Amino acid sequence: MRSRLGTNWLVMLLVVLGTLFILFPLYMTVTIALKNPEQMAQSVFAIPTTLHWENFASAIDMTNFFQSFRNSAMVTASTVVLTLLSNSMVAYAISRNMEKRKFFKGLYYYFVSAMFIPFPIIMLPIVKLTSSLEMTNLLGLTLLHTVYGLAFNVFVYVGYIRSIPVTLEEAAFVDGATTWGTFWRIIFPLMAPISATVGILTCLSTYNDFLLPLVIISDPSQYTLPLVQYVFQGQFNTDFNLAFASYLLALLPMIIIYLFAQKWIINGVTQGSIK
Amino acid sequence: MNKRMAPYYWMTVPAVVLFFVFMTLPAIQGIYYSFTNYNGFGKQYDFVGFKNYFNLFRDDNVGNAYWFTFKFAIVVTILTNILSLLIALGLNAKIKFRNFFRGIYFLPNILSVLIVGYIFNYLFSNVFPIWGQNLGINALSTNILGSESLAWIGIVIVAVWQSVALNTILYLAGLQTISPTLYEASSIDGAGKWREFWSITFPLIAPFFTINMVLAMKNSLMVFDQIVALTNGGPGRATQSISHLIYTGGFEGGEYAYQSANSVIYFIVIAVISILQIRFLQRREMDL
Repeated sequence: MRSRLGTNWLVMLLVVLGTLFILFPLYMTVTIALKNPEQMAQSVFAIPTTLHWENFASAIDMTNFFQSFRNSAMVTASTVVLTLLSNSMVAYAISRNMEKRKFFKGLYYYFVSAMFIPFPIIMLPIVKLTSSLEMTNLLGLTLLHTVYGLAFNVFVYVGYIRSIPVTLEEAAFVDGATTWGTFWRIIFPLMAPISATVGILTCLSTYNDFLLPLVIISDPSQYTLPLVQYVFQGQFNTDFNLAFASYLLALLPMIIIYLFAQKWIINGVTQGSIK
Repeated sequence: MNKRMAPYYWMTVPAVVLFFVFMTLPAIQGIYYSFTNYNGFGKQYDFVGFKNYFNLFRDDNVGNAYWFTFKFAIVVTILTNILSLLIALGLNAKIKFRNFFRGIYFLPNILSVLIVGYIFNYLFSNVFPIWGQNLGINALSTNILGSESLAWIGIVIVAVWQSVALNTILYLAGLQTISPTLYEASSIDGAGKWREFWSITFPLIAPFFTINMVLAMKNSLMVFDQIVALTNGGPGRATQSISHLIYTGGFEGGEYAYQSANSVIYFIVIAVISILQIRFLQRREMDL
């Protein structure tokens, strides 16, 4: 029984060794971003003796970082807001009526079955469609992210709404509340925990997405952060320090958010995936 | 009553319209184009029936892409699940700074796959070879991404490095659902650690095993970002995945209709594998 109470030092050692595997690529990213080519020539691994912050200035200049950061932030924020407002509403209508009405039940399976559709099957037609609708911009990107999240989000939301007692809404109806009023004032606030989960998952997948912006966005002023790294890759080939400064800048916003909201993010992702 | 019901219908209308226009319609269009010889631009094309589909089965590039993708997905799924289960057991044991370590191990999951790929690309080409030379290991002293037979292993390493994060956290959630009293009872009965794992831990986290297998398999069958960042499908076409082939052939190779047929097959393959996996693993859950 004693082994269950004290620290298990062997496991502790293995866990620490494991973190080295996780942290090594990140250590390399930070140190390379702060070195210059001469320091690299001496040793690739060493901690930099003098810090070359100018790598970041050049990377910001070269990739137009602030513009692409603004693009990524705008698409991510508006996708999250739009997703929370619209997907929760659809899921509410479905979950409260799917037992009684075939229409809503059919709708549920219609949406959820899209979870199995791999993006490449719609990739080619969607490019033609968005360009004919003049949607090859950030607005189009936001709308598509919101629509493509629907399958999974409806699935997660419906599962959660079923656990909210219907009696609350019936009481509201008796008091004269409309269906809309009931949704916005009673159900939507009650869904806060699952909305946090959906919001976190949407934020992560939208911010890090590469393929959708790659096929949709053509105007360089609308590039998102991952797309910029891809486009500039050829020019970085001669200067790794600059490239890594640029990678670090693109990764940093999410890392900072993660440092502050770590517990929520882990819980949110866990709940979303298990549903 | 109608006054109550009407808003429910209105709540679904925008989503149904958008979902139909941007999801169902393109999917139908993709199937439609797969029976033509359309090249992706212009307006001229003819119907060719199942010709694209017959040609797919004789195409070496398609065969290669499916072979690479399956080999990659199976290896990644197995490695990811073994490693993440081990890490989850470690993070669930009595250790210090448990939450700190959980935070570190989950970190790779929040990073952009493309950028992680670029970082590893540099490590493979400039850092690991130095170790290989210093240690005198031949296999490590050159860039494995440049080798036709080894490049896929490089992509496996990057994919596993990143996907272990999510699966670990899910296994951890599973381990926390197990009541400690079960372990106390088994230790009174004199069960060893090994027996305890196979008789208690593993059966009780069976649903989490199912989720993790399905998630890891589905994600790795769709591999794209890592390919772009690490090898761009090369050397030759040694590491070209199915989605990468559809992308390059469809947009750059003038094979719009042909790759549409490929994506229809790809969709059927993914759907069938996911359904079989869920059925098989859930039946296993019951038996345990």
